[in-house]
Amino acid sequence: MKLKATLENYIFVLPATIIFAVFYIIPFISVFQLSFFDWDGILPTKIFVGLNNFKEVITDKVWWQAVWQSGYITLIALTFQNAIAFLLAWACDREIRMKNFYRLIFFIPPVLSEVVVGLVWQWILNGNYGILNYWLAQFGMANLAHNWLSDPNTALTTVAIVHCWKGFGWGFLLFLAGLQTIPRELYEAARVDGANAWNSFKNVTIPLMMPVVVLVAILTILGTMQVFVLIYTMTGGGPGYHTEVPVLRILASMRGSSRFGYACAQGITFGVILCMISFVQYMVNRKSRA
Amino acid sequence: MRSSLYYKAKKISENIIIHLFMLTVSVTCLFPLLWMISSSLKTQETIFKDMSIIPKVLHFENYCQAWMQGGFDRYFLNSLFYTVSVVIGIIIVSSMAAYAFSRLKFPGKNIIFFVFIAAMMIPIQGSFVALYVLLNKLHLRNTPFGYILCMINVGLSTSIFLLKTFFDRMPKELEDAARIDGCSKFGIWWHVCLPLAKPVLAVVVVLNALNVWNEFILALLIFDSRPLMPLQVALITFQGEFVTRYPLLMAGLTISIIPIILLYILMQKYIVKGVTQGAVVG
Repeated sequence: MKLKATLENYIFVLPATIIFAVFYIIPFISVFQLSFFDWDGILPTKIFVGLNNFKEVITDKVWWQAVWQSGYITLIALTFQNAIAFLLAWACDREIRMKNFYRLIFFIPPVLSEVVVGLVWQWILNGNYGILNYWLAQFGMANLAHNWLSDPNTALTTVAIVHCWKGFGWGFLLFLAGLQTIPRELYEAARVDGANAWNSFKNVTIPLMMPVVVLVAILTILGTMQVFVLIYTMTGGGPGYHTEVPVLRILASMRGSSRFGYACAQGITFGVILCMISFVQYMVNRKSRA
Repeated sequence: MRSSLYYKAKKISENIIIHLFMLTVSVTCLFPLLWMISSSLKTQETIFKDMSIIPKVLHFENYCQAWMQGGFDRYFLNSLFYTVSVVIGIIIVSSMAAYAFSRLKFPGKNIIFFVFIAAMMIPIQGSFVALYVLLNKLHLRNTPFGYILCMINVGLSTSIFLLKTFFDRMPKELEDAARIDGCSKFGIWWHVCLPLAKPVLAVVVVLNALNVWNEFILALLIFDSRPLMPLQVALITFQGEFVTRYPLLMAGLTISIIPIILLYILMQKYIVKGVTQGAVVG
């Protein structure tokens, strides 16, 4: 009877566990397995090459350029995007009209798909027919107008800014939720003690918001390092390799050059980099709290 | 008297600055969408010359053309089918598991739950390479069923976590009453727990629906045949083939975001909740 009850309980977790095992655990293990082989994904024979794939990743210049470039986009997202998000949340965290309207609007970009955002911005930024260049010309800044996405000097920053456009509303929402948990009495008390707006911002808001800021920073880093659909749709990694990012490289190794083993080795290398970043963040966070 | 006037003036000017800032950002948010819709109403001839935001003649026939000739009717229904199937699948599978993790006893419970949660934290890059190989082996590649299962898996961890947190806080009395009335475990899960969990289920539905509708990479790898493609992949394919047919592309993009915008406006409350809760999980 007891056995029957236990078996019955297992039935509840069975569907979830099976799906999870087949579509998460097995691929997870086989990424490691495949990374030791040279394989084109079709032939039945896989050639064991040991650690050669990893050695190649380490010396792959384009790969490290891609890692660096995703780091650059992350840096812009961390500073520019989060600063705007915080400023907006701070401005929104008071008795003002149309608060809900603003919140509704700011979160529209995050709910759109990256494909849509990429294609629309590509059209806006189009070198010949884009509205941005048209406006620049209208306002007498025609010398600034150029092909934003195919100029190697501007492509990466342009992509990064579109990424910020898509992402800031999400940071805004988290910051606003955090700000709203700060008790109003603290601001009152600070005011009674003669603190001006800047003082109470510095001494009340900032310290109490630190956990949320750290959380948003971690999520921004992990999310932005893995960005690629937006770039896939806007530039495809070009011009040259100027907007390549790691996940695009993995996809290129797999689909472009049919090197499944190498793609897996790249994936593992990148996973290790991300884990290291998380670990550093975790330590810094713990230290700052202690 | 003077000082109160001074404070009033200060307050008003402060508000004006804040609203100006907020409105500027709002316009920046909305303009790309406005421009997309505006471009979708122009013709192939005027789109490269006419830079007006509201075109003089509105060419709604672009939408008919995208829908009928561009094949967007098919892609739209595909996306809808995948989204609905995945969301239903996730609700059933994850609520059963969450209920078991929260209420039932069985050996290995904590380990299994821990693995589910750990999966949310470990980013496995390139898992799509292995997933592609696996689906090929199972003959599930290029099938709707394979894609639906993959997407159920993607949403599973977060959904289980959200639901378990809710079930943990739910009073046990109702379940006890149902049990005394002779309800089986499945009966309690279906008749008592699921109806009570409606607010969390709404969060789960909205988050996963957005996620599936907008998903791109797995769909790109899984589907070769065009009649099976969801919207996101179809949009890229369309753009690749008809590079300069911007009015039709923009019409297709607009069609693809209508359900998302509707869902967002109707379920805004739950999205906000889901985003803030979901972030704390990670």
